[in-house]
Amino acid sequence: MRSWEWARPVRPVRREVLSAVPELEEGRPPLLFVPGFGHGAWAYAEHWLGHVAARGFGAHAVSLRGHGGSDPAPEATLRAYAHDVVQVAASLPRQAVLVGHGAGALVVAHALARYPARAAVLVAPVWGDWVTFGAALRRNPFGTVPAVFGAGLRLHRRQLFSRELPDADAQRHAARLGRAGRRAQWQLLTGADPEPAVGDPPVLVLGSPDDRVVPAAALTRAARRYGSAPLLFPGMGHDLMLDARWREPIDAILDWLVKDPARDDLG
Amino acid sequence: MPTSTEPGRPDPQTNTLSPGHDGRPVSDRGDTVCVIGAGASGLTAVKNLTEHGFGVDCYERETGVGGAWNWRHDRSPVYASTHLISSRPFTQFPDFPMPDHWPDYPHHRQLLSYFERYADHFDLRRHIWFGTEVVRVEPVDDDRWDVTTRSTGGYGPERTSRYAAVVVANGHNWSPKLPRYEGLEQFRGEVMHASSYKDSAQLRGKRVLVVGAGNTGCDIAVEAAQQASRCWHSTRRGYWYAPKYVFGRPADQVNDLLLALRVPLRVRQWLYHRTLRLTVGDLTRFGLPKPDHRVYETHLIANSLLVYHVGHGAITPVPDIERLHPHSVELTDGRQIDPELVVFATGYLPRFEFLDGKILGDDEGVGRPRLWLNALVPDHPTLAVTGLLQPDSGIFPLAHWQAVLFARLLQTRASAPQRAAAFAARVRAGAGERYSGQVKDSTRHWFEVGHADYLRALERALRELESK
Repeated sequence: MRSWEWARPVRPVRREVLSAVPELEEGRPPLLFVPGFGHGAWAYAEHWLGHVAARGFGAHAVSLRGHGGSDPAPEATLRAYAHDVVQVAASLPRQAVLVGHGAGALVVAHALARYPARAAVLVAPVWGDWVTFGAALRRNPFGTVPAVFGAGLRLHRRQLFSRELPDADAQRHAARLGRAGRRAQWQLLTGADPEPAVGDPPVLVLGSPDDRVVPAAALTRAARRYGSAPLLFPGMGHDLMLDARWREPIDAILDWLVKDPARDDLG
Repeated sequence: MPTSTEPGRPDPQTNTLSPGHDGRPVSDRGDTVCVIGAGASGLTAVKNLTEHGFGVDCYERETGVGGAWNWRHDRSPVYASTHLISSRPFTQFPDFPMPDHWPDYPHHRQLLSYFERYADHFDLRRHIWFGTEVVRVEPVDDDRWDVTTRSTGGYGPERTSRYAAVVVANGHNWSPKLPRYEGLEQFRGEVMHASSYKDSAQLRGKRVLVVGAGNTGCDIAVEAAQQASRCWHSTRRGYWYAPKYVFGRPADQVNDLLLALRVPLRVRQWLYHRTLRLTVGDLTRFGLPKPDHRVYETHLIANSLLVYHVGHGAITPVPDIERLHPHSVELTDGRQIDPELVVFATGYLPRFEFLDGKILGDDEGVGRPRLWLNALVPDHPTLAVTGLLQPDSGIFPLAHWQAVLFARLLQTRASAPQRAAAFAARVRAGAGERYSGQVKDSTRHWFEVGHADYLRALERALRELESK
C-alpha cells in the first residue's frame, strides 16, 4: 500500500539525460548513471559515457532535479530523486543497469525498490550514516556545518580527487559542482533505509580506500547489505569517474556485467 | 540470446513425448508456466514469473500485446475517445511508471504504447506465441495441466503441451452481456452493444437511446450529447457521478489521501456527499433519479461531463426500458420515445470457454467463479486467474501483485511443500471472500473490490506465504 505516494505524486520536471550509444546494437543492457549530490550528468560525460559506448553498452546519465541541466528543484527530497531515476530507467528501451555514485548510490538503492533493474552498481556509496558525517565534519568542517542548517554541502576538491589529477582539471570540475536540495541533504542523515530491492538484482559495490568522503568501513558495510565485499581501487579520490585513473573502475564494472555468473545472458 | 527486436517465437524445447489421455501426443514443458492472454494482466504475469525464474509460454489469440487496450483487436471494447478513469499513479504497474509528463488521465492509445514499451523493456515478446488461441485446459495428475492450442481462427492442427501451472488472464470485458427486453426482436431501429461502439461518427445526427450508467454508458451518452440530434440516457437507478477533479487534484488521489489518513468509510461518505452537494448540487433538479444508495456502494462512475450535458439539456435522463415496440420504446414510467439507435452499455460477463466451469468452483454454471483473492482456485493450487477484478481504481497494479503472489506460491511449492499445503488450506477457507464494503448485488459487482482493502489482503497473503 502506497496511499501516500499515490495521493501525492512527485511533481514532473524536465530532466537532462546525456547519452552515448554504441554504433552497433548488440543486445546488451543499457547503463544508467546517477550522479551524486552536487554533480550532474556532466560528471559522467567527461570520460565514462564514451568509454562505455565504445565497449558496446548503451550509456545514459541523468541529472537529478536541481542539478546540471535539469529544472531547478530547491525542495527536492530523496523520493523525488529516486523518482527521477526510475522515470529515466523506464524510458530506456531495455531493462537497465543502475549505476549510482556517492549519494546517488543511495538514490539508486531507493530506486531499486521501485524498479526491477537488471543489476546495480554502487560507486563510493554515501549511505548518509553518522560515521560518514563524522568523517565529513573532521575533514571539511567549513563545508559541512552550514549544510546542517540548510546550506549547500560544500566539498573541497582535495576530498573529491586524488593528487594525480592536475590542479587545473580539479579546479574546473570543482567549479561545476552544484548543490542538492536541503531536505534531501537532511534525509541523508534522518531518512528511512531503502526498501528491499525488487526483482533481486545483483549488486556490486566499489570504491577507494583513500576516498576522503566515504570511509572504508562505510564501503564494507554497504557491500555487506548486498552480501558481497567492495571492490577497491587504492589511490583514487571520491570522484572515481573524474579522477586521473578513471579507466580502471569503469572497466571493472563492465567486466563484472559481462562475467557475472548469475546473469550470464548479459554478454 | 534473442534480442527484443526480433518478434520471433519461442522455441519449444520438447523434452519428452508422452501420449495424452486420448492418445494424442503431449509435449512435456517441464516446469514451464502457461499464461493465457498477453493483455495487461497477462504481460505482468509473464514479467513476474520470469523474474522469479520460471520459464513461461504465453498464448495470445491476437497478433499484438495490450489485449482489450489494443483497439486493433476484434475483442477490444475501447472506443476512439476512451480515457482512463483512474489517474496515473493508480493505473501504472508499480515497478514501471508511466512517463510523468503524461496527463493525469491518459488516452487508450497512450496506454497501449505503455504496454508495448513494458513488453519490450522486459523483453517479454520472446515468451509470447501470437496468433495462437487456447482451446482446452485440462487438469492432469500432479497438479499439472494439459493445454491445447491452435492458430486463431481454427486452422492448423491442435497441439497439446503439459505445463506445471497455468495463469488465466483472458480478460473479462469482451463477452457482451445483453439484457432481455420484451419486443427487442421486433424493434426496427438499430441496436448495438457498447462493445461494437468505436467512434462518435456512429451517433452523428441520430436519435440515440443509451442504456446503462456504467462508465462506458456515461461516456457514450456524453458523446451522443455532442453528436446526436437527440440523446436519452436510461438508467435503472440513480447514481453518484463523481467528478474527475476535486480540490484541484484528481479525485482518486484526494480519496487515497483520506485513506492514508485512515478516515473511516462513514466519514468519507459524508465528506463526499457534502462535496458533491456544494459543487454539482442536487441532481434530482435535472430530472436524474435520486441515488438509492450511499456513495462507494456501487462501482464508482467517474464522469464530470455527464451532469454538465444534462444541465445543458443535451441529455434527457429517462428510467429503465419497459418494452420495445417496432418504432418506439416504452419506458417504465409509461413514456414513449422514438430512438433510431439503441446502444446497450450493459456490461460484460467473464467467459472461460476453454476451462470446465467446475474447476473454477462455478457449480451452478452461472459463470461466476469462486476464488480466493479473486485469483487463486481452491483445490487447484497451480491454477490462477489474474485481472478478474472490478476495482474502484486502476486494475494493473492489482494484477501485478496477483502475479507476484502466484509466482511466490509456485516457488514455495518447490522449496517448502508443507508451507504451500498450509497455504492451499487457506485458499480453500477463504474462497469467495469479498474485498469491498457493502455493494449492490448484480453481475456488475461480482468482482468489485476496494483497491485499498484488496491490496491489504494481498499483502497479508504474501506475508503469510513467506513467514509460516
